[in-house]
Amino acid sequence: MSRASRAGSVFGRMRICVLALGVVLTSGAAHTLSAQSPDASDWAAVVQAADDQELYFYTWGGDPQINDYLAWVSRRVNELHGIRMTHVRLSDTADAVSRILAERQAGTLQGGAVDLLWLNGENFASLKQNDLLFGPWAEQQPNFALVNADANPDVRADFTVPVEGYESPWLRAHLVFYYDSAYVDSAPQNVAALLDWARQYPGEFTYPRPPDFLATTFLKQALLELTDDPEPLYRPVEDSDFATLTAPLWAFLDDLHPLLLRQGRTFPSNGTELRRLMADGETALAMSFNPTEAVNSVIRNELPDSVRTTVPDSGTLANVSFVAIPFNASHKAAAMVTANFLLSVEAQLRAQDPRHLGSTPVIDVEVLSAAEQQMFATMRQEHPAAPPLLSESGQLQEPHPSWMAALENAWMARYGSR
Amino acid sequence: MLKAAPWLIIGVLIVPVLAGLFAIVPPAFGYLPALQQTEPGLAVWADLFNTPGIARSAMLSLAAGVLTPLLSLMLVLLFLASVSGTRWAHAMRRLVAPLLAVPHAAAAFGLAFLIAPSGFALRLVSPELSGWQRPPDLLILNDPLGLTMMLGLVLKEIPFLLLMALAALPQLNPDQRVAMARTLGYRPTLAWLWTVAPALYPLLRLPLFAVIAFASATVDVALILGPTLPPTLSVRIVSWFSDPDLNQRLLASAAALLQLLITLSAIGVWIGAEKVIGRLYHRLLLSGIRQTGHVLLNVAGRSLLVITLGSLLLSLLLLVVHAFAGPWRFPANLPDAWTTQHWQSVGPVLLTPLANTLLLGLVSTLLAVVLVLAALEHGSRQARAPARLLWAIYMPLLVPQVAFLYGLTLLLEQLRWLPGLVTVGFAHSLFVVPYVYLSLAEPYRRLDPRWQQLSATLGASANRTWWRIKLPLLMAPIATACAVGLAVSIGQYLATLLTGAGRVSTLTTEAVALASGGTRGTIAVWALLQAAIPMLGFALAIALPRFCWRHRRDMRGQLT
Repeated sequence: MSRASRAGSVFGRMRICVLALGVVLTSGAAHTLSAQSPDASDWAAVVQAADDQELYFYTWGGDPQINDYLAWVSRRVNELHGIRMTHVRLSDTADAVSRILAERQAGTLQGGAVDLLWLNGENFASLKQNDLLFGPWAEQQPNFALVNADANPDVRADFTVPVEGYESPWLRAHLVFYYDSAYVDSAPQNVAALLDWARQYPGEFTYPRPPDFLATTFLKQALLELTDDPEPLYRPVEDSDFATLTAPLWAFLDDLHPLLLRQGRTFPSNGTELRRLMADGETALAMSFNPTEAVNSVIRNELPDSVRTTVPDSGTLANVSFVAIPFNASHKAAAMVTANFLLSVEAQLRAQDPRHLGSTPVIDVEVLSAAEQQMFATMRQEHPAAPPLLSESGQLQEPHPSWMAALENAWMARYGSR
Repeated sequence: MLKAAPWLIIGVLIVPVLAGLFAIVPPAFGYLPALQQTEPGLAVWADLFNTPGIARSAMLSLAAGVLTPLLSLMLVLLFLASVSGTRWAHAMRRLVAPLLAVPHAAAAFGLAFLIAPSGFALRLVSPELSGWQRPPDLLILNDPLGLTMMLGLVLKEIPFLLLMALAALPQLNPDQRVAMARTLGYRPTLAWLWTVAPALYPLLRLPLFAVIAFASATVDVALILGPTLPPTLSVRIVSWFSDPDLNQRLLASAAALLQLLITLSAIGVWIGAEKVIGRLYHRLLLSGIRQTGHVLLNVAGRSLLVITLGSLLLSLLLLVVHAFAGPWRFPANLPDAWTTQHWQSVGPVLLTPLANTLLLGLVSTLLAVVLVLAALEHGSRQARAPARLLWAIYMPLLVPQVAFLYGLTLLLEQLRWLPGLVTVGFAHSLFVVPYVYLSLAEPYRRLDPRWQQLSATLGASANRTWWRIKLPLLMAPIATACAVGLAVSIGQYLATLLTGAGRVSTLTTEAVALASGGTRGTIAVWALLQAAIPMLGFALAIALPRFCWRHRRDMRGQLT
């Protein structure tokens, strides 16, 4: 820490010169500067440059499991590549986005605080649109081949925004519901059926309040199910009649809210609190964007054995989350090497392990050797709380990122202050 | 050197607060060149007043700012009246300091564990008495009226006001006053209320204003216990300030000015009510009530004392239980199994926040103690009452944190001070210096001047007397002041978050960040760690003088 602040005072003086430059240079500066940065196509040189580098990896820090996983990543990249990784835990990924924006405004074109950032959706869209990302680099990583992008096009579009090598896939997730079979017989078949379910079991369900991402995911899922024509959702929100298109959603929520926990007068703030409510026995139905959250929690004794997981039968929102490197990152080589490590069989296998992350691998297991495939297959333990396998057709793609903010704002205006 | 100290304190405390306040004025009126906002106007205010629920948020903050200190004051006076001169007073004295050491966030978590629908209190009566097999669907935490938040604030402000009252009481000779009234036939409780309380109140006024400012603008307690739809004004300011859309900072600036206005209004309402209540109270005490209600007052005072301090203690105990609890479903009174897994999961990420917390706490406390001792010594050599200094001391406690810290952060950004440990340490000092001063001023003033005179007659210089006589004699209060300073630094949430740009993590920021994101176990571990260090500080503050002066009984001191 003291090291960082000392470096800062040197930068302070340097920055006065850089500032003058910054006024002249426009956002194109990002590209000129990245030209001097490590070249991902010469991977041996990247690995060499990364040796003994520091790395500041910024992620949302609210999930202890992900924090533990990243502590392991930190140890491994140190053993393998001599990278000294610091995991910076954010309460909201948007904080890092605003930090990078502020750095550009302050003229910090080099030596930025963030080296690697976990993100997707609107944060990626906002950074890419403002030319704040380094790249393209992702498809040049050796381990990118394991993703088999040609067969899995969803790793090349992030909430409809083309990735174009500016971020590297890390984890895959989709929306599931989990319920406590000790208190209720079943979960609703889909969000539209939730209303009848809630009439049968009032006070047994609630969802987080926006702007939590699980909340917006729930709103998007509900909207995709309730609307007759989902096509406009895949274009910018400005291009469509928001009020008409979302009217069924608000009607649905108006009916649903009195049937929620606390009659919808207060909402939990995120998915972890949702899980805590179920652990406390306050609710009997919850949802998660990590399909194996229920399994993981049962294994860790945080949820009772009676919990079961279901997937909406009308298709469920699925997405890939990524890691990206800001244009002014101080340690780009270490960032690339770490991103590549996250795609390795070793890291993905541990990510799938229910004892650690219990996530769905983003690499395509079918391109692996038979022995490796076997490892992934045995890792997927049969657990009573495990979700049913998700078919290709069961996935709903994420709408355009602009819908997120629009839905959040509309929700806040409607229910945010009563 | 000594001469500079009072001015240094005034400079260190007043300049940042005022500069911080002034820094938010231009952006609040639409002027922030860094964001290409150069056309001043009232558009930001129009936006602010059009924000859904803003009136509600402001009213919540105002209500918390008036009701919290009122309830706390009434309870503190009732406690003191009903236990003064009894063995209860001794127990209360002993509990005050450690309870004061518990950071607001930790206390709020503990309270949440206690009173939530699935919390310990309802588990105790379920299912045997209540018949509940599942937690009842009651809106207790995050209630829209903010009642739970105010309850949490009251519980945490009571130890503060008690400490202030206990420190001020000796100069009022309460025993003589009570004895005099008793000769006129007043029962002890009423005698205390009629003769001591009116004299005590003026000495509690500034601390009460600090409570008003804190309660009307708290962020961490409001995040944990407060309403969510909409949240209090202070919580909204923080969320606008950290919005990725930097233009929201204009809105945050205007809202921060509104927050200042709300806090000032709360103080205004208080001063208004003070006059009315003061007159009524005066009439009541002249009406010659000697016996009526004294049993009721005694019973109420003592049982409420047990309930409030007891629930704080119970909350802390629940943090311990949760930190080691395995599966624990409603309505079980105790966990089904015990585990250390929460500690294991926190272990790997503990080092940085712990090191930051200790570093910030120790450095800011050390600086504050040196500065305050120098200022007090200067004051005692000038033999002048430091009235002006007292207002400077209270400045950072009276202006809502969220208002000036936010402007200060803007200012530091414009000065291109990189956010880091230095800026955070500086911000912590703003709060550590006042509390260290408040806890040292009275013992310093009360030190028997004859020691100095004796030392001077033996030919020692003033500095030598200070170093060899006064400081050793004051060792116990200085140790206590250090413990207070450490506790204050550790409790800082907003100052750490804003001036550190979220990059300096401490036990408090980690604990509050987990408020909604963590499992109960990990929250309990963080909150417990957050409470443990100040407690340890107080334990050392008690033990150290006792050990050093084990052969000198009267120099060992006591905490209050």
